Amino acid sequence: MSKFDFEHEIDIAWCPGCGNFPLRKSIIMALNELNLDPTQVVFSSGIGQAAKMPQYIDASYFNGLHGRGLSVAQAIQSVNPKLVVIAEGGDGDMYGEGGNHFIHNVRRNPNLAHIVHNNMIYGLTKGQGSPTSPKGLETTVQITGVYNEPLNPMALALSLGATFVGRAFTGDIERTKDMIKKAIEHKGYAIVDIFHPCVTFNKVNTFQWYKNHSFWLDETHDPQDYRKAMDLALDTERLALGVLYQKEDSIPFDEAHPVYREDKTPIIHRKRDIAKVNELLK
Amino acid sequence: MKDSLTIVLSGEAGQGLQTIEEFLVEALSKEYYVFTSKEVMSRVRGGNNTVEIRVSNAPIYALRYTIDYLFLLNKNSFYRLPKRLTKDTVVFGEENFVTSEDKEKYNLNLETFELTKLAKEAGNRLFANTILFGYIAGMLKLSRHIGHELIEKRFEHRGEKMVLANQEAYDMGFELGTNYHMPKTIEKPESVPSYKIIDGNTALGIGALAGGVNYIASYPMSPGTTVLMYLANKGEEFGVLAEQAEDEIAALNMVIGAWYAGARGLATTSGGGFALMTEAVSLAGITENPAVVHVAQRPGPATGLPTRTEQGDLNLVVYAGHGEFPRIVLAPGKLEDGIHLAQRAFWLADKYQVPVFILSDQFWLESMGQMEPFEVDDRYLESFVVKTEKDYKRYDWTNTISPRGIPGYGEGFVKADSDEHDESGQITEDFDVRVKMHEKRLAKRELLLEDYQQAELVGPANYKQLVVGWGSTYGVLKEYIETTDQKDVAYLYVKQPFPLPLSMKSYFDQAENVVVVESNATGQFTNILKLELDVKVDHRILKYNGEPFNIEEINERVSEVLR
Repeated sequence: MSKFDFEHEIDIAWCPGCGNFPLRKSIIMALNELNLDPTQVVFSSGIGQAAKMPQYIDASYFNGLHGRGLSVAQAIQSVNPKLVVIAEGGDGDMYGEGGNHFIHNVRRNPNLAHIVHNNMIYGLTKGQGSPTSPKGLETTVQITGVYNEPLNPMALALSLGATFVGRAFTGDIERTKDMIKKAIEHKGYAIVDIFHPCVTFNKVNTFQWYKNHSFWLDETHDPQDYRKAMDLALDTERLALGVLYQKEDSIPFDEAHPVYREDKTPIIHRKRDIAKVNELLK
Repeated sequence: MKDSLTIVLSGEAGQGLQTIEEFLVEALSKEYYVFTSKEVMSRVRGGNNTVEIRVSNAPIYALRYTIDYLFLLNKNSFYRLPKRLTKDTVVFGEENFVTSEDKEKYNLNLETFELTKLAKEAGNRLFANTILFGYIAGMLKLSRHIGHELIEKRFEHRGEKMVLANQEAYDMGFELGTNYHMPKTIEKPESVPSYKIIDGNTALGIGALAGGVNYIASYPMSPGTTVLMYLANKGEEFGVLAEQAEDEIAALNMVIGAWYAGARGLATTSGGGFALMTEAVSLAGITENPAVVHVAQRPGPATGLPTRTEQGDLNLVVYAGHGEFPRIVLAPGKLEDGIHLAQRAFWLADKYQVPVFILSDQFWLESMGQMEPFEVDDRYLESFVVKTEKDYKRYDWTNTISPRGIPGYGEGFVKADSDEHDESGQITEDFDVRVKMHEKRLAKRELLLEDYQQAELVGPANYKQLVVGWGSTYGVLKEYIETTDQKDVAYLYVKQPFPLPLSMKSYFDQAENVVVVESNATGQFTNILKLELDVKVDHRILKYNGEPFNIEEINERVSEVLR
């Protein structure tokens, strides 16, 4: 048995054939290959079928509110930068309800991996359009088809100065695992948008659709080339998979924050000097 | 006999009223008893703002409405104040600051005070504030050197020349002030204890530090922001990670994440911002995650009166968040309690794994007063975090309070869940587990009352009539009790308005007449007394125009309802 997996059988709340299953495999493989100590890994997630992932991986987690997984993750990482922190959730969770936190955490550049399951539909609330649903997709609310422009998370992250922007497809467990490893290893905020089918509610963006519309970047792509990365991100016909962009000299939030400028001790391990507080009372 | 003078400085935003206030309160505190408060308009420049400096020969803690000496600092600084004048009020100002119609209409005792001209004579317009400081110091017969020392302390870093120039300007004002004959005076007290001058904001900041705060995430909103600025300024020195959040929703989720990972986090906000936090309050409830939130009240609904004061958000904090879970609400009214209760908030949150609210308001936060010096100790730094073992269960229900581990400390995993969960923190829809877990959380209410922050009785123990207040009405009600001729009345100062222990009922059983005083329109605490203790309140004294209670109206309105 690998680490991060359970000894006993677990009851998983996903539909048979859901893209979350292979993704779970990729994540557990990535954590093992990085040889991480499970007690030092923390997941933070919101609500939705994707956000249940931490329930099925044996490590610490904070399964909080819809949309707020990133805020909690950012705080955990900043008070104890020694932990490996992963924020995880779906497209509605992270790009819809949590959209403001997404924008501002790209700016903060916290040292964490942000895994977003992107199946372009709401699952747990039963088939409404998501921020990434393509125009024309018929849903339980947009009954004649989605009419709003879909959000482009890769281009948005790049425009905000994200230091690691990647995309994967659960159709390839191996390469998805590699993407997750790179995101965890990146010093700073690393978003991985993960395509996977919703077998119950999205009859357009199926396994085959993703397979036909995406391609993996090869070694000829230079991830330091920002403009090329933006071109790839803006191409919504042929969807590039892999590390679109990675900034070389990324300075993560905790290293930039004044509280860690002199003293690198995680703030949770510092002792309060009460005599110094009493100086303020003089 | 207690006697006081009210000096009001009236000017506009950006004129440096706060600097004069700080100088005067520090200087006056050496030889008088003093209390200052301010009221400002919601704008960065212009408008009309006032600072009230109350000077006395005995301890004072409240706002007085009637002005004895009014200093006008520009043309626009008179129109809001006529109702606060008496026939004896002296109005200082430049020739054209009051119109001739107003002079006649209000029959003003005008004292021409050409501050701009004096400042030019002193060499710079910017010396106006220092001259005014000197003038009031001279008028009140302060020892001259006090001002010199304060000026040196303040301008030291800007060089000797700056210090000397300001001291000269101060002397210029001081001479003029000394020569002014005051129609109304008070005796200087023989001696004044060496006090610490402090406002509510600073008290909360110091208390939070003494309570172990090492994380603050907040979104700016008046009047809650000053605490964020205070802790951000102390961040490097004390190891406090201060982060300005993108919104209040993020702020409280961040604070919760920080606590989960072992920090002691604080969010500071006002009613509107807190409304956005309520979802996260509920999250703290079910995850049994500690959280401390400072809610600085101002009048609502919605944007309301952004720079004014009210006690209108007690219901909001008592009922905030969906679902049922216990919480603690603390409300400081005494400056010392700003420190004690802030310290205690972190300790209580850690001990009982519940959200704790510190409920203050604009008036209390921004008033400055004298505090007996004391030292804090490290009792509230006691941590309740445990090292986890391999089979650690975050929600172990052996006892009502499950030992709280943090990730990375020990062999176990810390699984916290906003879904209903089993002992290990895994999501569950088992109805029996739900009932047991829900009851375990709710049982904390009885437990945490063991650490109830006792109320304080001011006045005779054998009272027959009881005036009750919570939080910021402390100063005005204490001063009322100290000065009233009515000998059978006492004041109950409530520091923890929620939840209330049944034992508290005895205070009310003894009273034949109960009067609750609060700054809101619906008597929110009165209603809590009924719900929690089944106490019958005979009279409510309410105020909700955005101004704090002043001593004159308390005298009048309380006397009306006492027997």
